[in-house]
Amino acid sequence: MEAKGTLKVKTGFAEMFKGGVIMDVTTPEQAEIAEEAGAVAVMALERVPADIRAQGGVARMADPKKIKEIMAAVSIPVMAKVRIGHFAEAMILEALGVDFIDESEVLTPADEEHHIDKWAFKVPFVNGARDLGEALRRIAEGAAMIRTKGEAGTGNVVEAVRHARRMWKQIRWLQSLREDELPAAAKELEAPLDLVKWVHEHGKLPVVNFAAGGVATPADAALMMHLGMEGVFVGSGIFKSGDPRKRARAIVRAVTHYDDPEVLAEVSEDLGEPMVGINIDLIPEEERLAKRGW
Amino acid sequence: MIGILAVQGDFREHEHMFQRMGVPTRRVRRAGDLTGVTGLVIPGGESTTIGKLAREYGVEEEARRRYQEGSLALWGTCAGAIWLSREIEGYPDQPRLGVLDLAVARNAYGRQVESFETDLAIEGFDRPFHAVFIRAPVITRVGEGLRVLATYRGDPVWAVGERAMVTTFHPELTDDPRVHAFFLRLVEKGVSLKAG
Repeated sequence: MEAKGTLKVKTGFAEMFKGGVIMDVTTPEQAEIAEEAGAVAVMALERVPADIRAQGGVARMADPKKIKEIMAAVSIPVMAKVRIGHFAEAMILEALGVDFIDESEVLTPADEEHHIDKWAFKVPFVNGARDLGEALRRIAEGAAMIRTKGEAGTGNVVEAVRHARRMWKQIRWLQSLREDELPAAAKELEAPLDLVKWVHEHGKLPVVNFAAGGVATPADAALMMHLGMEGVFVGSGIFKSGDPRKRARAIVRAVTHYDDPEVLAEVSEDLGEPMVGINIDLIPEEERLAKRGW
Repeated sequence: MIGILAVQGDFREHEHMFQRMGVPTRRVRRAGDLTGVTGLVIPGGESTTIGKLAREYGVEEEARRRYQEGSLALWGTCAGAIWLSREIEGYPDQPRLGVLDLAVARNAYGRQVESFETDLAIEGFDRPFHAVFIRAPVITRVGEGLRVLATYRGDPVWAVGERAMVTTFHPELTDDPRVHAFFLRLVEKGVSLKAG
């Protein structure tokens, strides 16, 4: 008997992305550029986070027509975003045959209390997290992959760094505890005890963990790999820059060769204008995307 | 020394399996990393990405030369199987090593929602092997000099030559070391292709 949509099949698929770059695209042409550059998957979107931030309004799942066009344009996996808690959007994406769903704070949340019950789907989900407790709560809901939230659409890596460091600090802290201290740790992290025990024993998240939110340069990508992330999502950073083709290619190489400074120097050269970044301190609290979700 | 192509994909899962078996491994990202490597594992991942990155830093060229001179055995899992195959249906220009006389069709079972796990009966194994297929390719033609050790729904999923093999499933995602142990024997002694 064959079994589809199992935890093993979902988390195993995420394992295949490791050491790779997943790129936000809004057109079939951009998807082709991403594939040509060596992306392991593309994220099909109506607008990249930088534009969502600039234009405001309610940000929703992309038009299925657009997603289908992007799926037809490339042979690599296609992901798409749904609003937090919007399981009807997720049902639509699953029916379209999208390979992975990002339940994303970049879109306007549809439910301020509940995330999607991801166990109910055959298609795997990735969720953002700012710390270990948030990551484990999402995994308990069925997420097959985690990414840092960072602060999307800013071209500023500082929040992604904060989230990555915090997650690893908390993992090392859990490892340092005695077995009988884990229930209190679970309470403090607001995370299920069985997952807290798993992390205590294995010293890592039970699913693949990527960097996301503000990665704009090959050096940013390499930094996140050094901080223990297993791959990188790049949103606005590529197609909001001067030479997307060249930058996309460079970021892919930087993730593979993150501990080889010679290669990093070579690929970082002459990339043209990066996206214009935003200083996070200048974004009012209520406009910060990472605050969405809990 | 067993090398694992580490440009992209689940190379750590292969490392962990070999570690559990007490076998040291080395990550291969550039041509120079192949020195002293007698068996190279190409992991699962995205085959288009792996193909591009293996070509750029000379791994593809060096692996081809070493395979042809008979000093390097090869095993590709899923994306790695695509990389080793001579023909990739519909993608004639996709970068690959292409040393095995196989034709493959990428993502032939469908998109991710069609990915599956199942128990496989395998020639020479006394109990079934739990196999995970993820956006797996289908082997559509097996050339001379290659033997099929396992099939699923009538299609080959494990094919073996004297100095190389491909699996379209992921033994590295299980705790079962039998396919990895088979590869170690292939690296040491090669495989006799006579049936039985």
